[in-house]
Amino acid sequence: MDLQGLRRESECRWVIEPTGAMRVPAILYADEPLIRGMDDKVRAQVCNVAALPGIVGAAYAMPDAHWGYGFPIGGVAAFDADRGGVVSAGGVGFDISCGVRSLLTGRRREEIVAVQQPLAHELSRAIPAGVGSTGHLRLSSSEMDEMLRGGARWAVARGFGDVSDLDRVEECGCIADAQPASVSPRARERQREEMGTLGSGNHYLEVQWIAEVHDDAIAEGYGLREGEVVVSIHCGSRGLGHQIGTDYLRDMALQAPSFGIRLPDRELACAPIHSELGQRYLGAMRAAMNCALANRQILTQLCRESFRRILPDAGLRVLYDVSHNICKVEEHVVEGESRSLHVHRKGATRAFGPGHPCVPESLREFGQPVLIGGSMGTASYVLAGAAGGETLALSSACHGAGRSMSRHEATRRWQGRQLVHELAGRGVLIRSPSMRGVAEEAPGAYKPVESVVDAAERAGLARKVARLEPLICIKG
Amino acid sequence: MPTPPFEGATSDWQHFAHGADIGVRGRGATLAEAFAAAAVGLTAVVTDPLQVRPLESLHVECVVADRELLFQEWLNSLVFLMATRRMLFSRFEVRIAGDSLEADAWGEPVDVVRHAPAVEVKGATLTELAVRQEPDGRWLAQCVVDV
Repeated sequence: MDLQGLRRESECRWVIEPTGAMRVPAILYADEPLIRGMDDKVRAQVCNVAALPGIVGAAYAMPDAHWGYGFPIGGVAAFDADRGGVVSAGGVGFDISCGVRSLLTGRRREEIVAVQQPLAHELSRAIPAGVGSTGHLRLSSSEMDEMLRGGARWAVARGFGDVSDLDRVEECGCIADAQPASVSPRARERQREEMGTLGSGNHYLEVQWIAEVHDDAIAEGYGLREGEVVVSIHCGSRGLGHQIGTDYLRDMALQAPSFGIRLPDRELACAPIHSELGQRYLGAMRAAMNCALANRQILTQLCRESFRRILPDAGLRVLYDVSHNICKVEEHVVEGESRSLHVHRKGATRAFGPGHPCVPESLREFGQPVLIGGSMGTASYVLAGAAGGETLALSSACHGAGRSMSRHEATRRWQGRQLVHELAGRGVLIRSPSMRGVAEEAPGAYKPVESVVDAAERAGLARKVARLEPLICIKG
Repeated sequence: MPTPPFEGATSDWQHFAHGADIGVRGRGATLAEAFAAAAVGLTAVVTDPLQVRPLESLHVECVVADRELLFQEWLNSLVFLMATRRMLFSRFEVRIAGDSLEADAWGEPVDVVRHAPAVEVKGATLTELAVRQEPDGRWLAQCVVDV
């Protein structure tokens, strides 16, 4: 990114003052190497977001920001419904409520390494992954409605997991005000055979060991002990969410002129929150969030069953489950005034600080766990929401490493089989139905996640708690 | 079974880079040919179109009063069929009249071993969306698809 026009306020905070149609500043969080490495399109997109009606405070970009569609990936923006604010399907993305759930096994690394091969085999057999894979559940129309209203609570009631899991899931496993009636027949059909599936691309289920603890007190509070093993599941609302994104992106693009909103690019298609279309989208998007929460709950149970087939007394407790593609209504203090805002986070993780009432009571004194996925075969991180994060970026942090090269370039540089072989030599077992998919997800195709989380911490968005290294990775 | 009219292997498609996602571009002597070529490019996001046998066809219809959004809708209709029929397509016959598109798409069910599908396409976006006639008279249709 060209740094001209960016004012560096601190080591990891860069400001673009409003010009032209921008209503608020754009604020980017990154160190100098990261910001120089960002695509100029990130700058254009975050400035475009700053021009949308009803935006409050600033348009933000996280340290892992990259070129998205409409909003940058790694973008955060809040809108005030009562001051003309908008909701944008592109500001949430196609993979609605994509997120990460982490599970604590309480097992030492050595115990898992001793059963690494059979456990990898069992997980790859039990977790439906990849293009064309199907889940074991087929939902009737009324069951689909119940799932879309009930989220992870619905899944628990169907026998997937335990009620005690729900306390550690965002929104206690079920977001209110979902409107199944706003979900199209096409979206329902896409989901019919996809409950309890992982998907493809950068989605994964990974068995990881805690290689380093950065903050002893918070790690202890989270139940993270060096040398122990956790499982992380990264996936979203599957075909249902993809189709809702498709449906409403088109509808918002078609109806944009009728709202009288001047858009610098039609990819910013949005609707006033108080419009009929805006409300319909929010209802459908919340239904997709419940779908994602139910999906991760089902996968949790499939994972537990796999573990128990290898280690009969294994118990996997939920550390936390948080989405990074979502629009949520939150209370934030802006210029001394508490306001109810629609906060879009696209490729950005909510990061409430210590004491926030939305953080589960058992974790509240430490701040919300922020679960950061690395690339295949590299480290992931657990961060904690920081006290000052609200004023910095509406309590938001990064979500992952972010790609540094295209999929095409990755397949030119790496062979899937060779990567699997090399990673096995380093003690990481990759299981995937697609070697081309493995090549596209090569670790070298992503930025180093360490630089992203370091920048997030130095910027004050979140604190590093623990670094996780992979042992087994189930890829789509 | 009618003879598939459009040979995917020789169609004029390409991918263009877009950060985490992929741009799909088709060119052709007519608007319909450009749409068909882009559809081959869509399949190439998932697998090698040459590996997809045109064994069965599905009919597609779209109506959108905006040529660019009609292109997006065309690709999204194929994404929907790929997801729900668990099929891949390699040959396309596209007919466009005004706001309406009718097409037949030939392909086969996904074979995980033979197709080694790399990634599923979530949807066609409005990013880099363009449908236009180039100075040489040929048509171009393109957009970024989310994977």
